[in-house]
Amino acid sequence: MNQAFPLLPEQASAQAGEVDALFFFIVAVTVFFTIGISLVILFFAVKYRRRSDEDRPREIHGSLWLELVWTIIPLGIVILMFAWGSKVFFQMNRPPDDAMNVSVVGKRWMWKVQQPTGQREINELHVPVGRAVKLTITSEDVIHSFFVPAFRIKKDAVPGRYNVAWFRATKVGTYHLFCAEYCGTEHSKMIGRVVVMEPEDYQTWLAGGPPPESPVVAGEQLFTELNCITCHRPDSAGRGPVLNGIFGRGVKLASGDTVVADEAYVHESILNPATKVVAGYQPVMPTYQGLVTEEQLIALIAYIKSLQIPSGETVPVPEEAE
Amino acid sequence: MNQGTEAKAMTPEANTLPKEHYLNAGYGWKSWLLTTDHKRIAILYLVSISVMFVLGGLYAALIRWNLLVPDGSHMSAETYNRVFTAHGVIMIFFFLIPSIPVTLGNFLIPLMIGARDLAFPRINLLSWYVYVIGAAFTLYSLFSGGLDTGWTFYTPYSTVFAQSNVAFAAIGIFIAGFSSILTGLNFIVTIHTMRAPGMTWFRLPLFVWAHYATAIIQILGTPVVAITILLVALERLFHFGFFDPARGGDPILFQHLFWFYSHPAVYIMILPSMGVISELITCFSRKRIFGYSFIAMSSMAIAVIGFLIWAHHMFVSGMSVYSAMIFSALTYLVAIPSAVKVFNWTATMFRGSISWETPMMYVFGFIGLFLIGGLTGLFLGNLGTDVHLTDTYFVVAHFHYIMVGGAIMGYLGGIHFWWPKIFGRTYSEWWGRISAVLIFVGFNMTFLPQFLLGYLGMPRRYHAYPEEFQVLNVLSTAGALILGIGYLFPSLYLVYSMVKGEPAGNNPWGARGLEWETTSPPPAHNFERTPVVEDEAYAYDKAPREAFGV
Repeated sequence: MNQAFPLLPEQASAQAGEVDALFFFIVAVTVFFTIGISLVILFFAVKYRRRSDEDRPREIHGSLWLELVWTIIPLGIVILMFAWGSKVFFQMNRPPDDAMNVSVVGKRWMWKVQQPTGQREINELHVPVGRAVKLTITSEDVIHSFFVPAFRIKKDAVPGRYNVAWFRATKVGTYHLFCAEYCGTEHSKMIGRVVVMEPEDYQTWLAGGPPPESPVVAGEQLFTELNCITCHRPDSAGRGPVLNGIFGRGVKLASGDTVVADEAYVHESILNPATKVVAGYQPVMPTYQGLVTEEQLIALIAYIKSLQIPSGETVPVPEEAE
Repeated sequence: MNQGTEAKAMTPEANTLPKEHYLNAGYGWKSWLLTTDHKRIAILYLVSISVMFVLGGLYAALIRWNLLVPDGSHMSAETYNRVFTAHGVIMIFFFLIPSIPVTLGNFLIPLMIGARDLAFPRINLLSWYVYVIGAAFTLYSLFSGGLDTGWTFYTPYSTVFAQSNVAFAAIGIFIAGFSSILTGLNFIVTIHTMRAPGMTWFRLPLFVWAHYATAIIQILGTPVVAITILLVALERLFHFGFFDPARGGDPILFQHLFWFYSHPAVYIMILPSMGVISELITCFSRKRIFGYSFIAMSSMAIAVIGFLIWAHHMFVSGMSVYSAMIFSALTYLVAIPSAVKVFNWTATMFRGSISWETPMMYVFGFIGLFLIGGLTGLFLGNLGTDVHLTDTYFVVAHFHYIMVGGAIMGYLGGIHFWWPKIFGRTYSEWWGRISAVLIFVGFNMTFLPQFLLGYLGMPRRYHAYPEEFQVLNVLSTAGALILGIGYLFPSLYLVYSMVKGEPAGNNPWGARGLEWETTSPPPAHNFERTPVVEDEAYAYDKAPREAFGV
């Protein structure tokens, strides 16, 4: 990465090559039209230069045929570009099912990362080469943007939302990690590195630190510490809805709407519980704003995700999402 | 004046200034500050926006100076963030958005359509005062504590976290928006109701069509940004929960509202410039415009489609893949009318009689830079490549090619073309051409390296950066120095010409259009008798008509 004067960014992910192919196609179109039209203009400017002040060139009003030609040809080219770009974009937004989950929290001015096995990192992300990595990205304060040029990926870290990005690193090495959305004073210091390792090295690295606590275990502990357990009991006798099996399903709200219980909904319900109250329940839950950090929220969500429906019981609330 | 007008500049027979014109119609500060003459208001605006341009340019110089070194040691991060914010806010809201409409548009639209003034002369003056008050608020904020949100005011940074004078700046921009709305309103009513006999819609100069399209964007788009900026101020001052997620707001909502105006605002900057190019390229090719109605309608198409593509600024914000696709498709659609314009301008030169005077040099510069600016937009409207390029220096380079390469080249071309009309005197042709070339070269040197920086991954708004980006940054700063010198020359020789320039005569370029059929400078009421229009625009195959002004 520390070449003195590079002209092309490194390609270190499966997507990088595809993005670059598209990029150079557009470069070719751009160069062709820029040089082509400039040359025509220069040619006209010289060939038809004014030779005498009495010059009075014959008038030409226009040509419908030409107008059609230079509308339709560019239209065809941009349709091609659009289709190609959409295809690449779709891939970028479809993480494979076998991807390992890494959670990313942006905070002025650092990146806090947690491995699926629980190890935490700051301004660093270690990943094995060849493995798909799915990033769930959010922010604790303002909007940031997770940008790894060598992978050609970028996704905003938006407070209150969970955005997803993914990559499959193809080359062992160390790559820049930037914050690409202006986030205040030390924006340009909110940088770090992504370390791509051989799978064995990655395993060694994982084993190297203090024994980690998996997000689900941490979440379960928090669930008790914060007394969530008092109301959200598994047996539907609590004052709040049962959470077992709720994740990813449709929930009927007091307002009559239905909402899918995804990361964003659980997040919102912990911080602003009164906004979307589940039908049949009173808005009695206090806000946990300021009491839990984004990382704790991620742990809580991981725990709620892990809750299965206890066998032999029906869950009173969830309805299938459309 | 007679049919030999266009030969005037070349003949030894000396031109003289008219005895009475709008510049000597009154003296003293009251005759300027209380004037309702659209030509004098244009001069008031010219002075104000020039001050803002110099100020914005000084901030740009500070940015480039800081980026000479990778570690940002030339100034603190706090200072740098305030500097690039000030540069953006001043240049966009107080120079580029008003630029051509309030100066050349104000001066020329009544002259071009054969009217004595705009429809609402007092509202026109009011718009200038509103602009000045808005600028005063914003400048106060920039100089007292500064503003560090970037010109985009993204929430929740601007409403909750920023430790700078956001509210004052927001109020200033809110106020200045009304100036823009008033100008747009005035133009639309004027173009509808005050055209001279015979001046049908399809005989209007394309400059007027471009301003009509611009005015539509101004009156439909500006209220939205005014409301948005006001919401920012309210959330900041009184903690309403519009955009702050901690209060149940949505920060992405701000981006939608902001870009709903601020993307069309790009067309507020570039459309008038395109109008200028149509006037200049016909005059210096001595040809009718090729495909008049296609150029006129492409302006309208840009104005309409331009309202539907705002979210292409937000492809990585987490929006759904399908809405991203729609915005990408519409973005590509808006490229077509711009391409149509470029092809028609090129075709206009075919078999023309082309002279290389200063304004035409700016036309060449405009087309070259606008081509690069427009075509690099294809990378950013593309979903696949935008993910990598957005929020990097690629974007910075792209929009400078459009706004500086496009809008400012057109503005300078227009100023050089109509300068003899506005002040009645000519400037040094030699210095004019030299400066145009310097600006073109300096501009490319400044911003071409930034495309590479962006592709390499250097994010924008970085006070310090990894060392491998230094070479390109130094190159860019060197280019900025040349660009700065290029801008300095016109301010010198143009001011000199106001005092010492040769009288220009009514029509020094042999141009067509009603503004050339009155004296230079025009009389206070523009025409001695109402002109009657008999020809289509750009009737360069016919001899110039007798002047109406004398």
